[in-house]
Amino acid sequence: MAEIQALAGGFAVALTLTNLLLMFTGVILGVIIGVLPGLGGANGVAILLPLTFSMAQTPGGATSAIILLSCIYWGALFGGAITSILFNIPGEPWSVATTFDGYPLAQQGRAGNALTAAFTSSFIGALVAVILITFLSPVIANFALEFGPPEFFAVYFLTFCAFIGTSKEPAFKTLASMMLGFALAAVGTDPVTGTLRLTFGSTKLLTGFDFLVAVIGLFGIGEILLTLEEGLAFRGAKAKLNMRVVLETWKELPRYWLTSLRSSAVGCFMGIVPGGATPASFMSYGVARRFSPDGDKFGSGMVEGVVAPETAAHAAGTSALLPMITLGVPGSPTAAVLLGGLMIWGLQPGPLLFVEKPDFVWGLIASMYLGNIAGLVVVLTCVPLFAAILRVPFSVIAPIIVVVCAIGAYTVHNAIFDVWMMVVFGVMGYAFKKLQYPLAPLVLAIVLGDAAEASFRQAMLVSLGDMTIFFSNKLVGFLTTVALVLLLWPSVTWLLGKARAR
Amino acid sequence: MTEEREGRVALRIKSAEIAVAALFLMAGVLVMYDSVRLGATWGDDGPKPGYFPFYIGLIMTVAAVMNLARGFMIPADKNPPFVLAGQLKMVLTVLVPAAVYAAAIGWIGIYVASILFIAFFMRWLGKFAWWKVAAVSAGTAVALFLIFERWFLVPLPKGPIEAFLGLN
Repeated sequence: MAEIQALAGGFAVALTLTNLLLMFTGVILGVIIGVLPGLGGANGVAILLPLTFSMAQTPGGATSAIILLSCIYWGALFGGAITSILFNIPGEPWSVATTFDGYPLAQQGRAGNALTAAFTSSFIGALVAVILITFLSPVIANFALEFGPPEFFAVYFLTFCAFIGTSKEPAFKTLASMMLGFALAAVGTDPVTGTLRLTFGSTKLLTGFDFLVAVIGLFGIGEILLTLEEGLAFRGAKAKLNMRVVLETWKELPRYWLTSLRSSAVGCFMGIVPGGATPASFMSYGVARRFSPDGDKFGSGMVEGVVAPETAAHAAGTSALLPMITLGVPGSPTAAVLLGGLMIWGLQPGPLLFVEKPDFVWGLIASMYLGNIAGLVVVLTCVPLFAAILRVPFSVIAPIIVVVCAIGAYTVHNAIFDVWMMVVFGVMGYAFKKLQYPLAPLVLAIVLGDAAEASFRQAMLVSLGDMTIFFSNKLVGFLTTVALVLLLWPSVTWLLGKARAR
Repeated sequence: MTEEREGRVALRIKSAEIAVAALFLMAGVLVMYDSVRLGATWGDDGPKPGYFPFYIGLIMTVAAVMNLARGFMIPADKNPPFVLAGQLKMVLTVLVPAAVYAAAIGWIGIYVASILFIAFFMRWLGKFAWWKVAAVSAGTAVALFLIFERWFLVPLPKGPIEAFLGLN
């Protein structure tokens, strides 16, 4: 078991005092970010990324930096559940499904049970996903070492087609939003020839659009605007969580082992193909309702209805890092931000990372185990504290969040222009969200645009412009075929629907 | 502000769909136009710089036309509001000050701009007492200054007041 040995080495890297401290700091920051409206995993990590620039330059600092950032992500995943259950306000899109049964439970005075169930199942979902990452990622990375440009482009192509095939938004809107991302990525200097593209003579556009600014604007400012529509008041249930309630809930939880298992599987699958945590949580809630003996009581406050979406959301959120570290293709916007972080620190994510920086990779994987334990401890002990944050009036929180977002956008390139772009992206995020243009493919396209284009052009150079290179061997042919099936999936279901209606 | 005016519809879904799809259409055409200018064909040494973006623009244009068509096909009786007047007012009360704030950073620095922005917000929307407004806004700025300038050594934009205080 080479993986176990490598993992033990990873624990040795991750288990330093500094790293443990960073883990707890990250988790606490993450939960706060997850609780606050307008700050979420993706833009929370994006805002804090510039703070790690100097940290990552010290020896071993890159590992500490990724531990801090990934723990913020775990914290945000945990934090979303708190607001869903206590306030019926999903702090994160992936905790919407948690409100269905979590909030009724809180209204019945069983908030403690709902919270314990949510946190514990989040932890289990994440654990399953981390175990999967531990054993699967070296295999995939090893396999991907053989990849050439056509294979890489096929993987990118598959990623983007998966968005079209699996998203619940209209296919043409997903497509438009994705293409906008690619177009924004193309702005600036052409990576191959150095020609200026789409700058229209503006010097501000020379460096192109940074996806971090886009993330902060789209998710941060856009979310604040959406929250404001609902008004300024929060009304929530009281949060009480003592050891007795925790133990009582833990005794009940083993009953739902099958639901947990099913939800973990759904979550891992949706995380690896870039479906993401949000559809995973909905899907797993639906599946649990169909298979549970108490299915008809779902929505009235069933613990099982909290377990299913939380397990899946956390499993998906965690397993989204698998394609990120092995192939350099992130499975979610937050994974994309982490990927951006690695590139800024001078690490090239992808199969070679396992060969060149085993310390970093295994340190990260070990920190996923430890970070989730840290997260569980923090949330179980500090819920009332975090819930208190939401009692701070929104007219105080909102401007502070805007200020923090602005600083985050500025520090990416020390450019005030980026702060203006953030506001523009904020309006865009608001309109897109309301009109069901998905934001995740847009962000991923900005991140991967240059890499996808480079691999496409290299493949075309090899084949002299012959598209059949994407079917030239079994592997690349398989990837391309799956991608095309996913791409055409919406039209297939549309045609089937038409035929059935007749 | 009466109840009725708050509930008035400012913009309906159909108009919003058409407007956004039209913007996408313009962006798609713009991308194709610039790609053709750079050369969207196969050059002597492989694909020219506009080769890849051209198709991006083309797909965006096609998708935008489809969305535009679907927008126009929304029947008048199934046209829910995109935003109510009251909601729009709330959104603008954040958006306009935020835009002014972003513009002001360049002149007066991020710290003073943040103090004014937070103070304005708390006083105008939250109706807080002046001492609370002053404490929170100034406290945030000082905390940010310590975190960024002192601990993480990340310089943020500063204006004449910081220069006067000798904090540059």
